[in-house]
Amino acid sequence: MDLVANNLSYKPGDQYHLNEVSFNFKEGNLYTILGRTLSGKTTLLKTIAGLLTPDNGEIEFDGKNFLKIPVWERNVAMVYQQFINYPHLNVFENIAFPLKQRKINQSIINEKVMDALKSVGLLGYENRRIQELSGGQQQRVSLARSLVKNAKILLLDEPLVNLDYKLREQLREEFKNLFSKGLADKSILIYSTTDPRETMELNGEVIVLDEGKVLQVGTAKEIFENPNSLKVAEISNDPPMNIIEAKISDNHIRFEGIDLEAPQHLSKLTEDGLKIGLRSSDIELNENGHEFEVELAEISGSETLLHLKRGDTKIIVSIEEVLNFKIHDKVKINFKVDRAYAFNANGKLASSPFGGLNG
Amino acid sequence: MDKLYIFLKYFFIVVWTVFVVAPFLWALTTSFKDFQSVNGGVTYIPWVDFEPNLEGWKVLIKSPAKGGVDIIEPYFNSMFVTCTASLISIILGTLSAYALSRYTFKAGFVKNNDITFFFISQRIMPPIVLSIPFFLFLSSINLLDSLTGLIVVYIVLLMPIAVWIMVDFFNKVPREIDETALIDGCNPYQAFLKVVLPNSIPGLIVAGMFCIIFGWIDFFFAFILTFTEVQLLPVKIVALNSSVTPWWSLSASALVSVAPLIIVAFIVERYLSKGNLSGAIK
Repeated sequence: MDLVANNLSYKPGDQYHLNEVSFNFKEGNLYTILGRTLSGKTTLLKTIAGLLTPDNGEIEFDGKNFLKIPVWERNVAMVYQQFINYPHLNVFENIAFPLKQRKINQSIINEKVMDALKSVGLLGYENRRIQELSGGQQQRVSLARSLVKNAKILLLDEPLVNLDYKLREQLREEFKNLFSKGLADKSILIYSTTDPRETMELNGEVIVLDEGKVLQVGTAKEIFENPNSLKVAEISNDPPMNIIEAKISDNHIRFEGIDLEAPQHLSKLTEDGLKIGLRSSDIELNENGHEFEVELAEISGSETLLHLKRGDTKIIVSIEEVLNFKIHDKVKINFKVDRAYAFNANGKLASSPFGGLNG
Repeated sequence: MDKLYIFLKYFFIVVWTVFVVAPFLWALTTSFKDFQSVNGGVTYIPWVDFEPNLEGWKVLIKSPAKGGVDIIEPYFNSMFVTCTASLISIILGTLSAYALSRYTFKAGFVKNNDITFFFISQRIMPPIVLSIPFFLFLSSINLLDSLTGLIVVYIVLLMPIAVWIMVDFFNKVPREIDETALIDGCNPYQAFLKVVLPNSIPGLIVAGMFCIIFGWIDFFFAFILTFTEVQLLPVKIVALNSSVTPWWSLSASALVSVAPLIIVAFIVERYLSKGNLSGAIK
């Protein structure tokens, strides 16, 4: 049972929310839609759910024209980034709601709801009011409500984004377990997120979306190793990949008075206007390195993010420990050029350390 | 500072309470007085200041043939007209408000906000402006001096209140709740009835309360659009006034007419503090 979309477009105002989006989602797989805020992720999920009708294009599910089927007959489930539950019902009634709607026998409902409660770790909470639950618990209820339906298509719209750091980690882990437990066997899971790390961890097929357009499709590993354009490199890395304007000639990369020996995969590039891409984690502090000035230092978890500047070149370095820096401090850094990417003047991948060329 | 604040707070509450309650106490004592007690100087305390009697109250239920005024029929007329018009206004108003809150309407330059404003504008207009059209309208369909005619007019007056309150309320109910209901297998009508409406009870109560109050206290239209066949309570009370002002029965009827509103307010107050939407969206 495939979910196939052809050239979906949706343009309510001046801007495309969806621009010629096509895909072929297969049963039993997890698809991650990666994109920045307002890139069209929610629009895409709502279109699949049937809450929005695209201006153009077709969606077929199981060979049937999906656009002709109203939302309430589509058998999809959706978890929103806001924790949406029915405030007038308690936890049990919330989860039972879609089943009651299908007029299922009460004893089967009881059994299914209890199963769902168990799988999201909320056994014993069935009589609580929604308002009495924490954000994480509310999101679990809404997840349980979407699991209990055995929907053929499960849509998760940035389900973790409004949770605090710790809960997010915990729930992400549980998602992974749920997905791998065979839940996905009979359904299509579509998970949207802005967080590249989430994409890597969920390890499904990734669709990179920007301004309503699909930029790249591939496994998490492929997107990570060979982002096909500057945009994808930016979107699929957090912090975004550093982009440095440099000149490559005679086996050397030169910028801001720094002269680096070009690694083999970059040495043959000769064209003009090349940009070098280097992940923030591929730059390290080194006594013998090149001097940069600290513009900002932020500590995030157990990491320190250094925003550095030299001439017109600005870069971000992430260091796996907590360090204190002052603004205008001078630091010395080394570039792991063997991990550098090159993009040509129109933003396409020219060379990657993993050997991919132009996606 | 805190003590001063508490003092000022309670001082204000006490002053305001006296201001509001005193007229009721005045009416209550007056209703047990007769001509002598009313005109014989300032008196407050029954049995001490004056001898109480039930004449003022008895007059209200006696038939006119026996020298009474019989407010029972106008009382039930008022109740029937107010409740029916309020109920219909709430039902129609809630449906309109939901549509205005959730769907986009466009007819030339007329958009959702203009439609909402049209409803409210019915209340902004001075009633006197509407009185002549209403009179002509009712007379053309033969509903002058009838309960049905009054109900029709009251719906026009009360529905804007319901629409106004409910549009605001529905706008605060996250759209995603309706969408989730659709995804969970409800058609749009079921989503409205099973999910949106149960979460709008506080709004419905407020809207209902305002409709009942404004319907119940209307004097102007009841006065203009009825003559002999049908009388509503406010008109009847005013009609009590004859060459000699019967302060005792006026007071008694005033208390009787305010009573339902006080009861409604006490019941509703309890519901208003209950149930809110805080858990719907964080």
